[in-house]
Amino acid sequence: MKKPLAVFLLVFLLFNLWVGVASAQATTPSDDEVNAIAKELFCPVCENTPLDVCPTEACKQWRELIRLKLSEGWSKEQIQDYFVEQYGARVLAEPPRQGWYWLIYLMPVALFGVGIFILYRAYQSMRQPLPLEADEAQPPASPSLSDADLRRVEEELNKRK
Amino acid sequence: MTTQPNTAAPRRGVPIWVQVTIWAALLALLAIVAMGLRRAQQGTVQPGDEIPDFTLTLFDGYTYEGKSQVSFAELRGKVVVINFWASWCKPCEQEAADMEAAWRSYQPGGQVVFLGADYVDTEPEARGYLQKFDITYPNGPDLGTKISQFFRIKGVPETYFIDQQGKLVYVQVGPFSSEAQIHAIIDPLLK
Repeated sequence: MKKPLAVFLLVFLLFNLWVGVASAQATTPSDDEVNAIAKELFCPVCENTPLDVCPTEACKQWRELIRLKLSEGWSKEQIQDYFVEQYGARVLAEPPRQGWYWLIYLMPVALFGVGIFILYRAYQSMRQPLPLEADEAQPPASPSLSDADLRRVEEELNKRK
Repeated sequence: MTTQPNTAAPRRGVPIWVQVTIWAALLALLAIVAMGLRRAQQGTVQPGDEIPDFTLTLFDGYTYEGKSQVSFAELRGKVVVINFWASWCKPCEQEAADMEAAWRSYQPGGQVVFLGADYVDTEPEARGYLQKFDITYPNGPDLGTKISQFFRIKGVPETYFIDQQGKLVYVQVGPFSSEAQIHAIIDPLLK
């Protein structure tokens, strides 16, 4: 009778311990959870540095702010919106798909398409032979020579005989 | 010697409209790069430049004439000192006490307004900084970095002095070394 009771107590204690750890994790987001959001944000001070790897004091503060917001139950989108409101859209690793930002997504595709079209047209144009001009198709007309020139030609020919 | 007849068909060059398009695109790209470089090398706004209106939303607990926002247009007729700072900025700490002391000396006269614009900072740390240095002049976050982008600041701390007509008269890049240095800039504007 004592053995089942001991097993029950052990299971009960282990369960409580696990729940305690789980709830502690829930209140304090891990570095991985923080970095999962931080890597999609850029440091507003040091250019081109993702927030999850940025070593400055300012970035440490921003990561702690993400941790704080996560512990308050904020979602990833809410945190990103907050960062955009505070520091501008430039902090986003991926610009929002709205307004003028659409140009960032559409311009490369459009330019690529235009480039392909230009290359295609240029290739086509270079493969087509030039149409022969009307006078090119005819045998060349004999040059018109004056009488004086004809005489000089005959003299030259006679000298060579 | 016999010559072979030229049977190869003559080929066209790149059509003119293609050449024009490519050159136009290249010129447009160069213009964009040049504009970007020019802006990068432009530096901060310069003395003599007129400062257009902007609004600074203040931190909770800070007000200006009972309001939680300060509109620059409402400050016309007063000397305005705008200090860009951040809690993570160590040089800002060097001048924080001098800025506050200067503000307290001008506050009773009502002719000078100090504004603190907190640049890309986190609010808990910013509040800690303001509390630590007992800063009482109106302070607020530079939301969306709109104000700092207008002034084209290069870092913090930077302080801009604007006269009663709304024109920039002096830019201090880096911290002040003393309170007297701040007075030396403001006092001539009040005469």
